[in-house]
Amino acid sequence: MYTQALNTAETDDRGLEDAAKAARFQARIDAEERIEPNDWMPAAYRKTLTRQISQHAHSEIVGMLPEGNWITRAPTLRRKAALLAKVQDECGHGLYLYAAAETLGSSREKLVDAMLAGKAKYSSIFNYPTLTWADIGTIGWLVDGAAIMNQIPLCRCSYGPYARAMIRVCKEESFHQRQGYEIMITLCRGSDEQKAMAQDALNRWWWPVLMMFGPPDATSQHSDTSTKWKIKRFSNDELRQKFVDATVPQAQYLGLTIPDAGMTQDADGHWRYSEIDWTEFKQVLAGNGPCNRDRIAARRKAHDDGAWVREAAAAYAAKRAQRQTAQAAE
Amino acid sequence: MPVANIQVSETPLVLYALRRADDALILGHRLSEWCGHAPMLEEDMALSNIALDLIGQARELYSYAARAEGGDNDEDKLAYLRDVRQYRNLLLVEQPNGDFAQTLVRQFFYSAFADLYWRAMMTSRDTTLAAIAAKSEKESAYHLRHSSEWIIRLGDGTDESHARAQAAINHLWAFTGEMFAVDDGERALIHAGIAVDPGTLRGRWLTTLSDVVSEATLTLPQNDWMQQGGRAGRHSEHLGHLLSELQSMQRTFPGQTW
Repeated sequence: MYTQALNTAETDDRGLEDAAKAARFQARIDAEERIEPNDWMPAAYRKTLTRQISQHAHSEIVGMLPEGNWITRAPTLRRKAALLAKVQDECGHGLYLYAAAETLGSSREKLVDAMLAGKAKYSSIFNYPTLTWADIGTIGWLVDGAAIMNQIPLCRCSYGPYARAMIRVCKEESFHQRQGYEIMITLCRGSDEQKAMAQDALNRWWWPVLMMFGPPDATSQHSDTSTKWKIKRFSNDELRQKFVDATVPQAQYLGLTIPDAGMTQDADGHWRYSEIDWTEFKQVLAGNGPCNRDRIAARRKAHDDGAWVREAAAAYAAKRAQRQTAQAAE
Repeated sequence: MPVANIQVSETPLVLYALRRADDALILGHRLSEWCGHAPMLEEDMALSNIALDLIGQARELYSYAARAEGGDNDEDKLAYLRDVRQYRNLLLVEQPNGDFAQTLVRQFFYSAFADLYWRAMMTSRDTTLAAIAAKSEKESAYHLRHSSEWIIRLGDGTDESHARAQAAINHLWAFTGEMFAVDDGERALIHAGIAVDPGTLRGRWLTTLSDVVSEATLTLPQNDWMQQGGRAGRHSEHLGHLLSELQSMQRTFPGQTW
């Protein structure tokens, strides 16, 4: 569903590598060429991308949980099918993002193990609970909306496999976003109770969604290298502002109030939001969000409970290969 | 407040469509419980896919049942506003997911039947049922292939997976007989060429099961005592819990548009 600017700066170790190769690499990036898996790349570029793509993949997989929480309770059969298809899409995104990360030389198993061990991050937004059906609409509208804002520029990321994965992901996210907004429209045109449910969901999700774009530019540690390598094309604050400007009219159309009393529109038409509570963001990243423990516990349980199944599949595949070899030898 | 259960005029045709719709919805719902919790991402995808097929079949069958009934009911009222005694699904499909082996054996027993059933129903004199059958048959063929491959992998995998698969077969076997039972209303539909006599499918169903199970180095139970009751609304205790979750929104916020 979403990648978040959580990378810390990589040590720039290009000095240890062939300077001529590094110069050629940067020249290709500057010329907007795509870097492919077998191309030479600086170790730090590989490491940064592996971390970013795998964090993105983990976010897709952990992101299945808050929405999955409502599959069995969706209010109509049409909504149930749409939500299940949506969560299935997120799983698909996770799968091909892991595949993109694997082209950089790390196996899916190793990357997943790091996430289960709590060593790899995923987007902070999935550590908040989905309490009502309106949360499903709000996640589609705002969380997928924020994800699209972040991921559209990634379609032009310098690393080919990631950029190509993002093209497909963005198409699906755009569909999810419209689906979420349509849930919100239905609620806001419904009973007072439904409209209150929609407003309550917006109240709870608004600030965590703004945090999805990562720390403010003034404190962001890593943007310089990522920008130079054309992994990142806009700063956290630029993307956040674009998102807010796009979202405010959508909320107005719904008749909902953004829970920010200090929000004003400046002369250029930008909606200026109040100070974000970065303490909350840091606490959630540190593992203290409302659902961090539940999310990791659910992923670990699925992984542990499924171990015997994966072992069986591997054992059967080995037996079959052995039989085929034996048959060929006869 | 209109939270009461709806009433359904269960003519033989309405009841016939409703029974198949309930099978598809309840099994689809069970499979959807795996989403996000499967042993591997590929199975999160596959089980969700099968669930989506089944929920799609349920929607078509409910809509048809509602049209055949000719009243105010629709797919959502039929799914969300009938209580456990009004549900008409097989006991097999409401059985809890258990471990992955139990889920896949349940799927295998059902899909091996559904594949034959929908193929036979393609020649139904009821054009709507024949059209639903044409779509469902393609889906069921994939569901059967997916579950057969897993039965073989689990049976012929490790000692643990073998034991779990065998335990699941032994546990679920008694719920298979109900698939082949026919009551008077259905018998009339069979005579009219609208329904298929499931008894005529049993031989081929058993052959499919025997082939897969023996390749998996597993065995089918010898006992032939079969549980019955789902078709008449006499369910296991599990269904009520499933329905209380499935129906919670419609029961809590009656009469609203979602």
